[in-house]
Amino acid sequence: MARTIEEINEKIRAGSVVVFTAEEIIEVVREKGIKRASREVDVVTTGTFSPMCSSGAFINLRQEQQKMKFGGGYATLNDVPAYAGLAAADIYLGATALPEGDPRNNNGRPGRFRYGGAHVIEELAQGKKVLLNAGGYGTDCYPKKRREQMIGFEDMNEAFLFNPRNCYQNYNVAVNLSDKPIYTYMGKLKPRLGNANYCSAGQLSPLLNDPMYRTIGIGTRIFFCGTEGYVVWNGTQHNPDVPRLANGTPTAGAGTLALIGNLKDMDPKWLRAVSFTGYGVSLSVAVGLPIPILDEEMMRFVSISDAELKAPVIDYGVFYPTGEGKPKLAEVTYEELKSGTIEVNGKKVPTGSFSSYAKAKEVAGYLKSLITDGKFFMTQAVQPLPGPNHK
Amino acid sequence: MKKKKVVLTFPPSSVEDPIIYHLISDHGLKVNILRAAIDPGKLGRMVVELTGEESRLSGGTAYLERQGIGIEPLAGEIRHLEDQCTSCTACVPVCPTGALDVNRETWMVSYDADRCVVCLSCVDVCPYRAIVSHF
Ligand code: SF4
Ligand code: SF4
Repeated sequence: MARTIEEINEKIRAGSVVVFTAEEIIEVVREKGIKRASREVDVVTTGTFSPMCSSGAFINLRQEQQKMKFGGGYATLNDVPAYAGLAAADIYLGATALPEGDPRNNNGRPGRFRYGGAHVIEELAQGKKVLLNAGGYGTDCYPKKRREQMIGFEDMNEAFLFNPRNCYQNYNVAVNLSDKPIYTYMGKLKPRLGNANYCSAGQLSPLLNDPMYRTIGIGTRIFFCGTEGYVVWNGTQHNPDVPRLANGTPTAGAGTLALIGNLKDMDPKWLRAVSFTGYGVSLSVAVGLPIPILDEEMMRFVSISDAELKAPVIDYGVFYPTGEGKPKLAEVTYEELKSGTIEVNGKKVPTGSFSSYAKAKEVAGYLKSLITDGKFFMTQAVQPLPGPNHK
Repeated sequence: MKKKKVVLTFPPSSVEDPIIYHLISDHGLKVNILRAAIDPGKLGRMVVELTGEESRLSGGTAYLERQGIGIEPLAGEIRHLEDQCTSCTACVPVCPTGALDVNRETWMVSYDADRCVVCLSCVDVCPYRAIVSHF
Protein backbone atom coordinates (compact mmCIF):
# COMPACT_ATOMS: atom_id res chain seq x y z
CA MET A 1 0.00 0.00 0.00
CA ALA A 2 1.04 3.60 -0.49
CA ARG A 3 -0.63 6.86 0.41
CA THR A 4 0.14 10.45 -0.57
CA ILE A 5 -0.05 13.67 1.46
CA GLU A 6 -2.79 14.92 -0.91
CA GLU A 7 -4.88 11.83 -0.25
CA ILE A 8 -4.52 12.35 3.49
CA ASN A 9 -5.51 16.02 3.21
CA GLU A 10 -8.52 15.00 1.12
CA LYS A 11 -9.60 12.70 3.96
CA ILE A 12 -9.01 15.44 6.54
CA ARG A 13 -11.30 17.69 4.47
CA ALA A 14 -13.90 14.93 4.19
CA GLY A 15 -13.70 14.22 7.93
CA SER A 16 -12.76 10.58 7.38
CA VAL A 17 -9.10 10.69 8.34
CA VAL A 18 -7.92 8.06 10.84
CA VAL A 19 -5.40 9.35 13.38
CA PHE A 20 -3.72 7.80 16.41
CA THR A 21 -1.02 9.13 18.72
CA ALA A 22 2.42 7.52 18.65
CA GLU A 23 1.56 5.94 22.01
CA GLU A 24 -1.82 4.54 20.93
CA ILE A 25 -0.47 3.18 17.65
CA ILE A 26 1.80 0.72 19.47
CA GLU A 27 -1.25 -1.18 20.74
CA VAL A 28 -3.03 -0.89 17.37
CA VAL A 29 -0.07 -2.47 15.57
CA ARG A 30 0.24 -5.15 18.22
CA GLU A 31 -3.37 -6.11 17.56
CA LYS A 32 -3.66 -5.70 13.82
CA GLY A 33 -0.12 -6.07 12.56
CA ILE A 34 1.83 -3.60 10.39
CA LYS A 35 0.05 -4.39 7.13
CA ARG A 36 -3.49 -3.91 8.30
CA ALA A 37 -2.66 -0.95 10.54
CA SER A 38 -0.93 0.88 7.71
CA ARG A 39 -3.93 0.30 5.45
CA GLU A 40 -6.32 1.69 8.05
CA VAL A 41 -4.38 4.55 9.66
CA ASP A 42 -3.50 7.77 7.82
CA VAL A 43 -1.61 9.85 10.39
CA VAL A 44 0.22 9.29 13.67
CA THR A 45 0.82 12.28 15.94
CA THR A 46 3.83 12.82 18.18
CA GLY A 47 4.47 15.33 20.93
CA THR A 48 7.07 16.71 23.27
CA PHE A 49 7.22 19.36 25.98
CA SER A 50 10.64 20.04 27.35
CA PRO A 51 13.26 22.68 28.09
CA MET A 52 14.98 23.62 24.81
CA CYS A 53 17.70 26.18 25.48
CA SER A 54 18.34 27.00 21.84
CA SER A 55 15.19 29.11 21.56
CA GLY A 56 14.58 32.81 21.18
CA ALA A 57 12.39 35.51 19.72
CA PHE A 58 12.88 37.90 16.84
CA ILE A 59 11.06 41.11 17.59
CA ASN A 60 10.52 44.03 15.26
CA LEU A 61 9.61 47.17 17.20
CA ARG A 62 7.28 49.88 15.94
CA GLN A 63 9.15 53.13 15.51
CA GLU A 64 7.99 56.21 17.33
CA GLN A 65 7.44 59.43 15.43
CA GLN A 66 11.12 60.24 15.77
CA LYS A 67 12.92 57.10 14.70
CA MET A 68 15.81 55.30 16.35
CA LYS A 69 18.28 52.83 14.94
CA PHE A 70 18.59 49.80 17.23
CA GLY A 71 21.15 48.17 14.95
CA GLY A 72 24.64 48.74 16.33
CA GLY A 73 23.14 50.07 19.54
CA TYR A 74 21.77 48.08 22.45
CA ALA A 75 18.44 46.93 23.81
CA THR A 76 17.29 45.30 27.03
CA LEU A 77 13.84 43.97 27.92
CA ASN A 78 13.22 43.97 31.67
CA ASP A 79 17.02 44.38 31.93
CA VAL A 80 17.67 41.22 29.92
CA PRO A 81 19.97 42.06 27.00
CA ALA A 82 18.72 41.36 23.49
CA TYR A 83 20.90 41.22 20.40
CA ALA A 84 20.66 44.49 18.49
CA GLY A 85 23.14 43.93 15.68
CA LEU A 86 20.47 43.78 12.98
CA ALA A 87 18.52 46.39 11.04
CA ALA A 88 17.05 49.54 12.51
CA ALA A 89 14.22 47.95 14.48
CA ASP A 90 14.92 44.21 14.81
CA ILE A 91 16.19 42.58 17.96
CA TYR A 92 16.66 38.95 18.99
CA LEU A 93 16.05 37.86 22.54
CA GLY A 94 17.63 34.54 23.46
CA ALA A 95 15.98 32.31 26.04
CA THR A 96 19.13 31.93 28.13
CA ALA A 97 20.10 35.65 28.27
CA LEU A 98 20.49 37.01 31.79
CA PRO A 99 20.22 40.48 33.26
CA GLU A 100 23.58 41.70 34.47
CA GLY A 101 24.23 41.45 38.20
CA ASP A 102 20.65 40.54 39.01
CA PRO A 103 20.28 39.23 42.57
CA ARG A 104 17.52 36.89 41.42
CA ASN A 105 20.14 34.99 39.47
CA ASN A 106 23.54 35.16 41.05
CA ASN A 107 22.67 34.99 44.71
CA GLY A 108 25.70 32.87 45.56
CA ARG A 109 26.50 29.39 44.32
CA PRO A 110 24.54 27.52 43.10
CA GLY A 111 22.64 30.46 41.57
CA ARG A 112 18.90 30.19 41.33
CA PHE A 113 18.53 31.84 37.90
CA ARG A 114 15.07 33.15 38.56
CA TYR A 115 14.90 35.53 35.61
CA GLY A 116 16.16 35.62 32.05
CA GLY A 117 15.20 35.86 28.40
CA ALA A 118 12.78 32.94 28.66
CA HIS A 119 10.87 34.74 31.42
CA VAL A 120 10.54 37.85 29.25
CA ILE A 121 9.23 35.71 26.37
CA GLU A 122 6.81 33.98 28.74
CA GLU A 123 5.50 37.30 30.07
CA LEU A 124 4.99 38.65 26.55
CA ALA A 125 3.07 35.48 25.62
CA GLN A 126 0.92 36.03 28.72
CA GLY A 127 -0.03 39.42 27.30
CA LYS A 128 2.10 41.41 29.74
CA LYS A 129 4.21 44.45 28.97
CA VAL A 130 7.95 44.57 29.57
CA LEU A 131 10.34 47.47 29.94
CA LEU A 132 12.33 48.29 26.82
CA ASN A 133 15.54 50.16 27.36
CA ALA A 134 17.42 50.86 24.16
CA GLY A 135 19.94 53.19 22.69
CA GLY A 136 21.37 54.00 19.29
CA TYR A 137 24.12 56.30 18.06
CA GLY A 138 21.85 58.56 16.01
CA THR A 139 22.02 59.10 12.27
CA ASP A 140 20.49 61.58 9.88
CA CYS A 141 17.68 59.14 9.14
CA TYR A 142 17.39 57.76 12.70
CA PRO A 143 18.08 60.72 14.98
CA LYS A 144 16.67 59.39 18.27
CA LYS A 145 19.28 58.11 20.71
CA ARG A 146 17.36 56.63 23.60
CA ARG A 147 14.10 54.83 24.07
CA GLU A 148 12.59 53.70 27.34
CA GLN A 149 9.02 52.48 27.46
CA MET A 150 6.76 49.62 28.43
CA ILE A 151 6.09 47.46 25.41
CA GLY A 152 3.83 44.52 24.62
CA PHE A 153 2.81 42.73 21.45
CA GLU A 154 0.85 45.77 20.30
CA ASP A 155 4.13 47.70 20.05
CA MET A 156 5.72 45.09 17.83
CA ASN A 157 5.20 44.64 14.11
CA GLU A 158 6.40 41.08 14.35
CA ALA A 159 7.33 38.76 17.15
CA PHE A 160 8.19 35.21 16.22
CA LEU A 161 10.07 32.42 17.87
CA PHE A 162 13.02 31.29 15.86
CA ASN A 163 14.63 28.36 17.59
CA PRO A 164 17.90 27.22 16.03
CA ARG A 165 17.91 23.84 17.77
CA ASN A 166 14.83 22.08 19.15
CA CYS A 167 13.46 18.56 19.33
CA TYR A 168 16.65 16.60 19.84
CA GLN A 169 16.19 13.13 18.42
CA ASN A 170 17.07 11.14 21.53
CA TYR A 171 19.32 12.44 24.31
CA ASN A 172 21.84 11.52 26.99
CA VAL A 173 20.91 10.12 30.36
CA ALA A 174 22.94 12.16 32.84
CA VAL A 175 24.56 10.73 35.97
CA ASN A 176 27.36 11.85 38.27
CA LEU A 177 30.22 9.50 39.17
CA SER A 178 32.11 12.14 41.15
CA ASP A 179 32.05 12.62 44.92
CA LYS A 180 30.22 15.93 45.01
CA PRO A 181 26.78 17.06 43.86
CA ILE A 182 26.82 18.93 40.56
CA TYR A 183 24.38 21.33 38.94
CA THR A 184 23.95 20.87 35.21
CA TYR A 185 21.55 21.56 32.39
CA MET A 186 20.35 18.05 33.16
CA GLY A 187 19.47 19.13 36.68
CA LYS A 188 21.07 18.45 40.03
CA LEU A 189 23.02 15.22 39.92
CA LYS A 190 23.80 13.63 43.24
CA PRO A 191 27.28 12.15 43.74
CA ARG A 192 28.20 8.50 43.17
CA LEU A 193 25.29 7.67 40.86
CA GLY A 194 22.69 9.16 43.22
CA ASN A 195 20.19 9.79 40.44
CA ALA A 196 19.86 9.71 36.65
CA ASN A 197 18.09 12.35 34.59
CA TYR A 198 16.85 11.93 31.04
CA CYS A 199 15.13 14.27 28.64
CA SER A 200 13.05 12.76 25.86
CA ALA A 201 9.46 11.73 25.32
CA GLY A 202 10.79 8.40 23.98
CA GLN A 203 8.09 6.66 21.97
CA LEU A 204 6.13 9.93 21.62
CA SER A 205 9.14 12.03 20.64
CA PRO A 206 8.79 13.65 17.17
CA LEU A 207 12.06 12.66 15.50
CA LEU A 208 12.16 9.18 17.04
CA ASN A 209 8.98 8.42 15.09
CA ASP A 210 10.49 9.42 11.76
CA PRO A 211 14.02 8.28 12.53
CA MET A 212 15.35 8.49 8.96
CA TYR A 213 13.62 11.85 8.23
CA ARG A 214 11.50 10.36 5.46
CA THR A 215 8.51 12.70 5.91
CA ILE A 216 9.90 15.61 7.92
CA GLY A 217 11.90 18.30 6.20
CA ILE A 218 12.09 21.97 5.37
CA GLY A 219 8.57 23.37 5.25
CA THR A 220 6.89 20.73 7.41
CA ARG A 221 3.99 22.21 9.36
CA ILE A 222 3.97 21.37 13.08
CA PHE A 223 2.05 22.18 16.25
CA PHE A 224 4.26 24.73 17.97
CA CYS A 225 3.41 26.09 21.44
CA GLY A 226 -0.31 26.29 20.76
CA THR A 227 -0.20 27.49 17.18
CA GLU A 228 1.08 26.31 13.83
CA GLY A 229 4.80 26.48 13.20
CA TYR A 230 7.20 25.23 10.61
CA VAL A 231 10.45 23.36 10.28
CA VAL A 232 12.77 25.81 8.52
CA TRP A 233 16.05 23.92 8.45
CA ASN A 234 17.83 21.11 10.17
CA GLY A 235 18.66 22.27 13.68
CA THR A 236 22.20 23.26 14.62
CA GLN A 237 24.33 20.25 15.65
CA HIS A 238 22.07 18.03 13.49
CA ASN A 239 24.04 14.81 13.36
CA PRO A 240 22.30 12.02 11.45
CA ASP A 241 25.39 9.80 11.48
CA VAL A 242 25.34 8.53 15.06
CA PRO A 243 25.10 4.73 15.43
CA ARG A 244 21.60 3.35 14.94
CA LEU A 245 19.75 0.25 16.06
CA ALA A 246 18.42 -2.17 13.46
CA ASN A 247 15.02 -0.43 13.71
CA GLY A 248 16.61 2.81 12.40
CA THR A 249 16.54 4.81 15.63
CA PRO A 250 19.74 6.52 16.78
CA THR A 251 21.35 5.47 20.06
CA ALA A 252 22.33 9.02 21.07
CA GLY A 253 21.36 12.61 20.31
CA ALA A 254 21.19 12.79 16.50
CA GLY A 255 18.82 14.90 14.40
CA THR A 256 17.58 18.33 15.49
CA LEU A 257 15.16 20.88 14.04
CA ALA A 258 15.22 24.63 13.50
CA LEU A 259 11.68 25.88 14.13
CA ILE A 260 9.70 29.01 13.53
CA GLY A 261 6.27 30.17 14.71
CA ASN A 262 4.32 33.31 15.50
CA LEU A 263 4.93 34.18 19.14
CA LYS A 264 1.88 36.47 19.14
CA ASP A 265 -0.35 33.44 18.52
CA MET A 266 1.25 31.13 21.06
CA ASP A 267 -0.48 29.85 24.17
CA PRO A 268 1.46 30.62 27.37
CA LYS A 269 0.45 27.18 28.60
CA TRP A 270 2.83 25.70 26.04
CA LEU A 271 5.66 28.18 26.50
CA ARG A 272 7.20 28.09 29.96
CA ALA A 273 10.32 29.68 31.37
CA VAL A 274 12.43 27.36 33.47
CA SER A 275 15.20 27.92 36.02
CA PHE A 276 17.91 25.32 36.44
CA THR A 277 19.56 25.82 39.81
CA GLY A 278 23.29 26.27 39.31
CA TYR A 279 23.02 26.30 35.54
CA GLY A 280 20.76 28.96 34.07
CA VAL A 281 17.51 29.88 32.41
CA SER A 282 15.84 27.98 29.61
CA LEU A 283 12.53 27.84 27.78
CA SER A 284 10.23 24.86 27.61
CA VAL A 285 8.39 24.57 24.33
CA ALA A 286 5.73 22.21 23.01
CA VAL A 287 6.12 20.60 19.62
CA GLY A 288 3.77 18.19 17.91
CA LEU A 289 4.75 16.61 14.65
CA PRO A 290 2.18 14.74 12.54
CA ILE A 291 3.57 11.77 10.66
CA PRO A 292 1.84 10.69 7.46
CA ILE A 293 1.67 6.93 7.10
CA LEU A 294 2.86 6.83 3.50
CA ASP A 295 3.60 3.11 3.54
CA GLU A 296 4.34 0.14 5.76
CA GLU A 297 7.84 1.32 6.57
CA MET A 298 6.45 4.51 8.14
CA MET A 299 4.00 2.42 10.17
CA ARG A 300 6.89 0.29 11.37
CA PHE A 301 8.77 3.42 12.47
CA VAL A 302 5.87 4.96 14.42
CA SER A 303 5.07 1.69 16.18
CA ILE A 304 8.52 1.47 17.81
CA SER A 305 7.96 1.46 21.57
CA ASP A 306 9.97 2.60 24.58
CA ALA A 307 11.33 -0.93 24.96
CA GLU A 308 13.01 -0.64 21.54
CA LEU A 309 14.57 2.82 22.00
CA LYS A 310 17.94 3.20 23.67
CA ALA A 311 19.76 6.14 25.25
CA PRO A 312 23.38 6.41 26.42
CA VAL A 313 24.19 6.94 30.11
CA ILE A 314 26.85 9.66 30.39
CA ASP A 315 28.89 10.80 33.39
CA TYR A 316 28.45 14.57 33.80
CA GLY A 317 30.83 14.57 36.78
CA VAL A 318 33.98 14.06 34.74
CA PHE A 319 33.46 12.80 31.22
CA TYR A 320 31.00 15.36 29.87
CA PRO A 321 32.85 18.50 31.02
CA THR A 322 36.43 17.30 30.49
CA GLY A 323 36.26 14.52 27.90
CA GLU A 324 38.25 12.27 30.23
CA GLY A 325 37.12 8.85 31.39
CA LYS A 326 34.66 6.41 29.94
CA PRO A 327 32.49 7.98 27.23
CA LYS A 328 29.45 5.78 27.79
CA LEU A 329 28.64 3.96 31.01
CA ALA A 330 25.66 2.00 29.74
CA GLU A 331 22.86 1.95 27.25
CA VAL A 332 19.33 1.79 28.63
CA THR A 333 15.90 1.61 27.06
CA TYR A 334 13.19 4.21 27.61
CA GLU A 335 11.10 1.47 29.15
CA GLU A 336 13.79 1.05 31.81
CA LEU A 337 14.09 4.83 32.28
CA LYS A 338 10.34 5.15 32.72
CA SER A 339 10.19 2.30 35.23
CA GLY A 340 11.81 4.64 37.76
CA THR A 341 15.19 2.92 38.12
CA ILE A 342 18.00 1.91 35.80
CA GLU A 343 21.08 -0.12 36.52
CA VAL A 344 24.48 1.50 36.05
CA ASN A 345 27.76 -0.12 37.13
CA GLY A 346 25.74 -2.68 39.09
CA LYS A 347 23.90 0.00 41.07
CA LYS A 348 20.17 0.75 40.99
CA VAL A 349 19.78 4.44 40.15
CA PRO A 350 16.45 6.32 40.43
CA THR A 351 15.43 8.23 37.31
CA GLY A 352 13.73 11.56 36.70
CA SER A 353 12.92 13.41 33.51
CA PHE A 354 12.88 17.01 32.36
CA SER A 355 10.76 16.22 29.35
CA SER A 356 7.16 15.87 30.52
CA TYR A 357 5.61 12.68 29.21
CA ALA A 358 2.22 13.79 30.56
CA LYS A 359 2.42 16.95 28.45
CA ALA A 360 3.79 15.06 25.45
CA LYS A 361 0.67 12.88 25.58
CA GLU A 362 -1.47 16.01 25.77
CA VAL A 363 0.27 17.59 22.75
CA ALA A 364 -0.03 14.44 20.63
CA GLY A 365 -3.68 14.04 21.65
CA TYR A 366 -4.46 17.66 20.89
CA LEU A 367 -2.80 17.53 17.48
CA LYS A 368 -4.80 14.37 16.77
CA SER A 369 -8.03 16.21 17.56
CA LEU A 370 -7.01 19.18 15.37
CA ILE A 371 -6.48 16.84 12.43
CA THR A 372 -9.67 14.82 12.91
CA ASP A 373 -11.60 18.10 13.31
CA GLY A 374 -10.26 19.30 9.96
CA LYS A 375 -8.23 22.13 11.50
CA PHE A 376 -4.72 20.97 10.68
CA PHE A 377 -3.45 19.81 7.29
CA MET A 378 -0.39 17.85 6.37
CA THR A 379 2.47 19.29 4.31
CA GLN A 380 4.88 17.88 1.80
CA ALA A 381 8.41 18.84 2.80
CA VAL A 382 10.11 21.12 0.29
CA GLN A 383 13.46 19.50 0.97
CA PRO A 384 14.37 16.56 3.20
CA LEU A 385 16.73 17.02 6.14
CA PRO A 386 20.22 15.59 5.74
CA GLY A 387 19.94 11.87 6.50
CA PRO A 388 22.53 9.27 7.44
CA ASN A 389 25.57 9.22 5.11
CA HIS A 390 24.47 12.32 3.22
CA LYS A 391 27.15 14.18 1.33
CA MET B 1 -0.93 6.11 69.92
CA LYS B 2 -1.38 9.10 67.67
CA LYS B 3 1.03 10.87 65.37
CA LYS B 4 0.99 14.54 64.60
CA LYS B 5 3.29 16.56 62.34
CA VAL B 6 3.49 20.20 63.33
CA VAL B 7 5.56 23.30 62.74
CA LEU B 8 6.75 25.01 65.88
CA THR B 9 7.67 28.68 65.89
CA PHE B 10 9.90 29.77 68.75
CA PRO B 11 10.04 33.40 69.81
CA PRO B 12 13.65 34.61 70.13
CA SER B 13 13.37 34.50 73.94
CA SER B 14 12.69 30.76 74.09
CA VAL B 15 15.19 29.63 71.50
CA GLU B 16 17.65 28.63 74.16
CA ASP B 17 15.17 26.76 76.40
CA PRO B 18 15.35 22.94 76.35
CA ILE B 19 11.74 22.70 75.13
CA ILE B 20 12.14 19.40 73.30
CA TYR B 21 13.71 17.84 76.42
CA HIS B 22 10.62 18.82 78.43
CA LEU B 23 8.29 17.41 75.80
CA ILE B 24 10.02 14.07 76.03
CA SER B 25 10.72 13.76 79.74
CA ASP B 26 7.75 15.61 81.30
CA HIS B 27 5.06 14.80 78.73
CA GLY B 28 6.13 11.35 77.59
CA LEU B 29 6.06 12.15 73.88
CA LYS B 30 8.25 10.74 71.15
CA VAL B 31 9.69 13.66 69.23
CA ASN B 32 11.12 13.25 65.77
CA ILE B 33 12.74 16.46 64.51
CA LEU B 34 12.33 16.59 60.76
CA ARG B 35 13.76 20.01 60.17
CA ALA B 36 15.01 22.89 62.25
CA ALA B 37 16.17 26.43 61.62
CA ILE B 38 17.10 27.95 64.95
CA ASP B 39 19.50 30.83 65.48
CA PRO B 40 20.01 32.30 68.93
CA GLY B 41 18.33 35.69 69.13
CA LYS B 42 16.11 35.05 66.13
CA LEU B 43 12.73 33.47 65.48
CA GLY B 44 13.22 29.69 65.33
CA ARG B 45 11.22 27.22 63.25
CA MET B 46 11.10 23.47 63.66
CA VAL B 47 9.14 20.71 61.95
CA VAL B 48 8.50 17.85 64.36
CA GLU B 49 6.54 14.65 64.44
CA LEU B 50 5.00 14.05 67.86
CA THR B 51 3.90 10.54 68.80
CA GLY B 52 1.98 9.59 71.96
CA GLU B 53 -1.41 8.93 73.57
CA GLU B 54 -4.12 11.48 72.81
CA SER B 55 -4.00 12.86 76.38
CA ARG B 56 -0.21 13.23 76.33
CA LEU B 57 -0.36 14.97 72.98
CA SER B 58 -2.82 17.53 74.30
CA GLY B 59 -0.73 17.96 77.46
CA GLY B 60 2.38 18.57 75.38
CA THR B 61 0.54 20.98 73.12
CA ALA B 62 -0.75 22.94 76.10
CA TYR B 63 2.78 23.11 77.51
CA LEU B 64 4.10 24.49 74.21
CA GLU B 65 1.34 27.10 74.13
CA ARG B 66 2.19 28.19 77.69
CA GLN B 67 5.77 28.75 76.55
CA GLY B 68 4.52 31.08 73.81
CA ILE B 69 5.47 28.68 71.04
CA GLY B 70 3.40 28.76 67.86
CA ILE B 71 1.99 25.40 66.71
CA GLU B 72 0.62 24.95 63.23
CA PRO B 73 -0.22 21.83 61.29
CA LEU B 74 2.41 20.91 58.71
CA ALA B 75 0.17 21.43 55.69
CA GLY B 76 1.28 24.46 53.74
CA GLU B 77 4.98 24.34 54.66
CA ILE B 78 5.69 22.84 51.27
CA ARG B 79 3.20 23.61 48.56
CA HIS B 80 2.97 21.86 45.24
CA LEU B 81 1.38 24.28 42.77
CA GLU B 82 -0.54 21.94 40.54
CA ASP B 83 -1.24 24.44 37.79
CA GLN B 84 2.46 25.28 37.55
CA CYS B 85 3.57 21.65 37.62
CA THR B 86 4.20 20.01 34.25
CA SER B 87 4.59 16.52 35.71
CA CYS B 88 8.08 16.32 34.28
CA THR B 89 9.17 14.02 37.19
CA ALA B 90 12.50 15.80 37.81
CA CYS B 91 11.63 16.04 41.52
CA VAL B 92 10.60 12.41 41.95
CA PRO B 93 14.05 10.77 42.39
CA VAL B 94 15.23 13.45 44.84
CA CYS B 95 12.29 13.10 47.21
CA PRO B 96 13.45 10.71 49.94
CA THR B 97 9.99 9.68 51.16
CA GLY B 98 7.95 9.32 48.00
CA ALA B 99 5.86 12.37 48.96
CA LEU B 100 6.35 13.48 45.37
CA ASP B 101 5.42 10.58 43.19
CA VAL B 102 4.35 9.85 39.64
CA ASN B 103 1.50 7.65 38.54
CA ARG B 104 3.17 5.62 35.81
CA GLU B 105 -0.14 5.10 33.99
CA THR B 106 -1.21 8.73 33.66
CA TRP B 107 2.27 10.21 34.19
CA MET B 108 0.81 12.82 36.52
CA VAL B 109 2.98 13.86 39.47
CA SER B 110 1.30 14.35 42.84
CA TYR B 111 2.35 15.54 46.28
CA ASP B 112 1.32 13.86 49.52
CA ALA B 113 1.79 16.22 52.48
CA ASP B 114 1.51 13.34 54.98
CA ARG B 115 4.70 11.79 53.64
CA CYS B 116 6.66 15.05 53.34
CA VAL B 117 9.46 15.58 55.85
CA VAL B 118 10.23 19.12 54.64
CA CYS B 119 13.77 18.21 53.62
CA LEU B 120 13.49 20.89 50.89
CA SER B 121 15.42 18.76 48.37
CA CYS B 122 12.72 19.25 45.75
CA VAL B 123 12.46 23.03 45.93
CA ASP B 124 15.56 23.87 43.90
CA VAL B 125 15.16 20.89 41.62
CA CYS B 126 11.83 21.94 40.13
CA PRO B 127 12.65 24.06 37.07
CA TYR B 128 9.10 25.43 36.88
CA ARG B 129 9.00 26.78 40.45
CA ALA B 130 6.01 24.57 41.07
CA ILE B 131 7.19 23.72 44.59
CA VAL B 132 7.33 26.51 47.10
CA SER B 133 8.51 26.34 50.66
CA HIS B 134 7.47 28.62 53.45
CA PHE B 135 10.13 27.29 55.73
S1 SF4 C 1 10.45 18.58 50.98
FE1 SF4 C 1 11.57 16.63 50.86
S2 SF4 C 1 10.09 15.10 51.56
FE2 SF4 C 1 8.91 16.94 51.11
S3 SF4 C 1 8.26 16.66 49.00
FE3 SF4 C 1 10.18 17.82 48.90
S4 SF4 C 1 11.77 16.28 48.66
FE4 SF4 C 1 9.91 15.20 49.33
S1 SF4 D 1 9.92 19.04 39.10
FE1 SF4 D 1 8.30 20.58 39.33
S2 SF4 D 1 7.22 20.56 37.38
FE2 SF4 D 1 8.44 18.69 37.46
S3 SF4 D 1 7.04 17.17 38.34
FE3 SF4 D 1 8.17 18.03 40.05
S4 SF4 D 1 6.87 19.71 40.80
FE4 SF4 D 1 6.14 19.17 38.75
